[in-house]
Amino acid sequence: MRVTIWGCRGSLATPGVETVRYGGNTSCVEVSTSDERTALVLDAGTGIRRLGLELVERGVEHVHLCLTHLHLDHLEGLRFFAPLWDERVTLDVWGPPSPVVALRERIARSFSPPLFPIDLRRVPARVSFRDIPRRPWAIDGVTLSAELVMHPGPTVGFRIQNGGATLAYIPDHEPALVGSIAGRTRDWLSGGSIAADADVLLHDAQYFADEYDDRIGWGHSSVEDAVTYAHAVGATRLILFHHEPDRGDSSLERLGAQARLLAGDAESEPVLAREGMVLELP
Amino acid sequence: MDTPRQKHLVLILAREFASNLSTPTLIADDRGRLVFYNEAAAAVTGTPFAEVGEVPLDEWTSSFVPRTPDAPADPAPVERRPTRIALEERRASHERFRITSRDGVEREVEITAFPLFAHADEFVGIVAIFWRT
Repeated sequence: MRVTIWGCRGSLATPGVETVRYGGNTSCVEVSTSDERTALVLDAGTGIRRLGLELVERGVEHVHLCLTHLHLDHLEGLRFFAPLWDERVTLDVWGPPSPVVALRERIARSFSPPLFPIDLRRVPARVSFRDIPRRPWAIDGVTLSAELVMHPGPTVGFRIQNGGATLAYIPDHEPALVGSIAGRTRDWLSGGSIAADADVLLHDAQYFADEYDDRIGWGHSSVEDAVTYAHAVGATRLILFHHEPDRGDSSLERLGAQARLLAGDAESEPVLAREGMVLELP
Repeated sequence: MDTPRQKHLVLILAREFASNLSTPTLIADDRGRLVFYNEAAAAVTGTPFAEVGEVPLDEWTSSFVPRTPDAPADPAPVERRPTRIALEERRASHERFRITSRDGVEREVEITAFPLFAHADEFVGIVAIFWRT
């Protein structure tokens, strides 16, 4: 399984000289499938714009877009996703269900005035909207499962398995909101089923501990909690994700160094996600 | 590869909520398994949750021989238990009982039970609250 990071910034896109090493685009990750005409994409932050251009170039005909939730930083790139504007493309959008407003209607709001001039009904691609199933489902040889995780509003994490490899993607997550992570068994950990024994865990690590103290309940994790969580679920490799928008490259590197220190003699030391990073899972 | 079964997020939130209450409260999952009760509930039942562990809720409640005020000599029918009603009929229910706790003490309690529905109306379990009378 090949995993490519197209955006890993949290909350708000942050282009500029201070973010060139790790990137300023918001969440978007591509996961390879067995069919080169099919793309599996996680989240539609601003990183999806560049990915879209590449997918068109590759001649991809079918895109499965899996949304963890509908906060703007995970959705704002969709309107500028080139395959959406290509009538040859089929786009399946998977998102967390709501009993009140259908997924299509919730997304359509961002395709309407005053936010956007073109109505969702007028996009050329064949678009369908699907509630994320409660049980695992398959897309071109890849098995996906999703669970609600601790973050304001309906938000899921994804577990993606292909062959023997497992990727866990929980970009927005505050498992420590309900108490100490270290003292919990996996079955009482938010996202425990998603992240258990994953080869790679992409996980929220937006804050230093002192920053987190002032942001409890905002839905994100400190680097300490991210490291503790990865250990608690038995993930092999932690990729620190959803970077704080006010954090430049040098500050991020201090956060990465702290994560390595906290992880101690973990099997594989945590690393910072960066745009363009390609992860090859066994 | 088997995915380990994790408690639903709503149950995780409910447990944390209950563990911070001084009102006796228990939580069961959608399959009717008792998954948690708080320290205040332990004071009513006579046993800490850690000693009981996850067990079928019906089996656990039967051990207290709940009786209703209108038939104090006989165990109450299972169908009258608010926990059973919340689990099977997925609606809120309230009833007064006399129970015999594990420590042998007779207690009057009122029990309110209600179902928990997550996003998309997914039934994930129940909460029961014991009101000491």
